[in-house]
Amino acid sequence: MMWLAPHALHVPDGFLSTAVSVVGWVLALIAIGIAVRLTRYQLGERQIPLMGLLAAFIFAAQAINFPVAAGTSGHLLGGALAAIVMGPWAATLIMTAVIVTQGLLFQDGGLLVMGWNILNMGVFTAFTGYAVYVLVRRLVGEGRRSRLAAAFVGAWLSVEVGAIATAFELAASGTSPLYLGLPAMASVHALIGLGEAIITAGAIALLQASRPQVLEAGETAPGRKGASFMMIGLMVALVVAIFSPLASQNPDGLEFVAEREGFLDRSLEPLFELLPDYSIPFVPNEVATTILAVVIGTLIVFGIAWAIGRTTVRKETIGE
Amino acid sequence: MHHTIEVKDLHFSYPDGHQALCGVNLYISPGEKVALVGPNGAGKSTLLLHLNGILHDHGEVFVCGKPVRKETIGEVRASVGLVFEDPDDQLFSPTVFDDVAFGPIYMGMPEWEVRGSVDDALGAVDMGGFESRASHHLSNGEKKRVAIATVLAMDPEILVLDEPTSGLDPRSRRGLINLLRDLPQTMFVSTHDINMVSELFERTIVIDGGEIVFDGSTKGLLSDEIFLEQHGLEAP
Amino acid sequence: MHYDLSDQYHHRSSPIHHLDPRVKVVVTFFYILALSLTPEGAWWIFGFFLVILLSTVWLADLDLTFTIKRSFIVLPFVLAAVALPFTTPGSSLLKIPGLGWTVTEPGMIRFLSILARSWQAVQAAILLTATTRFPDLLWALSALRFPKPLVSTIGFMYRYLFIVADEALRMIRARTARSAQVTGRARPSIRWHGRVAGSMVGSLFLRTLARSERVYAAMIARGYDGHMRSLIRFRMTNIDWIASVLTVLLLGTPLIVSLR
Repeated sequence: MMWLAPHALHVPDGFLSTAVSVVGWVLALIAIGIAVRLTRYQLGERQIPLMGLLAAFIFAAQAINFPVAAGTSGHLLGGALAAIVMGPWAATLIMTAVIVTQGLLFQDGGLLVMGWNILNMGVFTAFTGYAVYVLVRRLVGEGRRSRLAAAFVGAWLSVEVGAIATAFELAASGTSPLYLGLPAMASVHALIGLGEAIITAGAIALLQASRPQVLEAGETAPGRKGASFMMIGLMVALVVAIFSPLASQNPDGLEFVAEREGFLDRSLEPLFELLPDYSIPFVPNEVATTILAVVIGTLIVFGIAWAIGRTTVRKETIGE
Repeated sequence: MHHTIEVKDLHFSYPDGHQALCGVNLYISPGEKVALVGPNGAGKSTLLLHLNGILHDHGEVFVCGKPVRKETIGEVRASVGLVFEDPDDQLFSPTVFDDVAFGPIYMGMPEWEVRGSVDDALGAVDMGGFESRASHHLSNGEKKRVAIATVLAMDPEILVLDEPTSGLDPRSRRGLINLLRDLPQTMFVSTHDINMVSELFERTIVIDGGEIVFDGSTKGLLSDEIFLEQHGLEAP
Repeated sequence: MHYDLSDQYHHRSSPIHHLDPRVKVVVTFFYILALSLTPEGAWWIFGFFLVILLSTVWLADLDLTFTIKRSFIVLPFVLAAVALPFTTPGSSLLKIPGLGWTVTEPGMIRFLSILARSWQAVQAAILLTATTRFPDLLWALSALRFPKPLVSTIGFMYRYLFIVADEALRMIRARTARSAQVTGRARPSIRWHGRVAGSMVGSLFLRTLARSERVYAAMIARGYDGHMRSLIRFRMTNIDWIASVLTVLLLGTPLIVSLR
């Protein structure tokens, strides 16, 4: 029997509301669709065996841990590493495979909430890691040490962003108020992120020493410009979310609003009119507005990223 | 009558500059069973990968009289059944049936014919009944047999095997040797197992440093101890 | 949590096992959705859904406690919702002595509803994997219009997971064998440990990359052209249709009733 490492970001079913979960699936499916197409251009016939085996690698690598303190250990999530080496869209595909299997086969992460699990642990980590890696290298230089530093910071931030996003989703679902959830997730994962950062940097160091061509391939993968847009989009979403009542310092913030607004009524977004005579319980309209804003913003960002990816990618021709 | 395999003046260098093949010439006639031996790094695997077009550089390879080129690659792959050393690299499908059916499906066979080919192939390697098993549940010896079946199902002109007995315990190895003896196909087998060579193959090719240094009777080769030692080989 | 990589599928010859995998996937998803749509505190609905689940477990020729035993996997995440009983406004239920925190009734109802949803949802997922072979599950996903390359990627990952995990395990064992701790000598730093782990990850990556090239060569050698093809095909039988309709009715009716 094989024992693999514990995870803190796999959200089980029941902890996110129906509306939030559905939004997550819509966004995740879009991201997956783009990832599948762009990696087909990038890798040609090698796509499936390569992505499949690298997914097995990530799954197994998550078991390689190291002692941190008093019985706890640091380990790898892998989104940032996969993105640095293969590009963020390939990383999205790889991480999606891992997360789907973990949820479907091992019940680590729910099925209805899987959309957000894929986004948090696959898309956000991959793109954050990659974008920060590229940014740091541009700022600090192209040397070998700068690669390690860039990988370190990229990996650390990737975990933070994943955790923060999860906190927002929990808040929007009414499971955990933001003023409690956000500091808790952000601080715990600041530590966990260090483990990710150290292992990722260590892996990049080994690759740099024994097979640097592998790293160069990742730097020309599709998604370079898309990643920057994705980061900007995420920042915008974050700003919007911060100024929403979700982040209210009033301890009764979310619940107070829920009490005041009650169930959805006619003054609400047409989006929910798609479900006539059927109210979605406990979704206050301020929350709905925020979610809508994030969704629209993310869709725009995805659209731009995809369009850029298509124009800058080169189709790989296979020798035979 | 064309030779099953004909290799003319084959050269190959890896991207890092290492010259793996330096002018290799050989041919194999229909029905022959030929062994390929040589020290590690001599170019054995590299040579084998040229026979179905996975690698190509300078020189010519002909399979059943046809040159190995982009246009003919489909037929070549159906004619040359390449069995790799690590069976796990070759068994990439969820079940044994899926793996053996892979080749026939890609050749465009209709479903009933695919099933027939799978049955015949598994029967030939004595693995009938294993269709629904998952490959990771098989023993090493069983995996090797199924790997051969995956290629037999395509009904190739020649079976090319890379280290078929490596990693097998004595019983599985005996079973595999008997299997290779009984299979009727033309065969080209790369191996370190000198005992199997003396038992099964009348003709042996020795490759060293990217060049063919011997091509002839196995008996003659194995009696020349000095020559064997020179090229990193031992007598059985 | 720790994964047991041995097969999750428990073979039986039950009507549930024989159902079309597409039906099972859709029904499982509907079940979890129905739980999610169940109003807070509607205990009779949660109870009814639990009875449906356990009946299906029984029909699948499995131990009645089969899914319950394995369901405690969600326990750690409960911490995420633990603030709810205290932060939801409403009538007070009890006061925690010493801390002055109040547990409210609506808070408790919401908290327990989340627990019920989570607990039952995970059982449905467990039942799905126990009664459906993983390759069939994947086929169902692609038949239900999941992107084929993704499904094939998962298939490959699953196939090679054991091999790659085995290599990782061997590396971990080798490291453990060389990790002697001599009393009195200084221990290596966390950074050092981390770098060793990082090197292991890096070398596992290279080995996997090399293997992927060999697998690709083996696929090309047998005619692969970039598109996965398979002979798996299920056809919906009357039983499949009946089971689907029955489930939709059983799950949907209580929800609709509760909205009146």
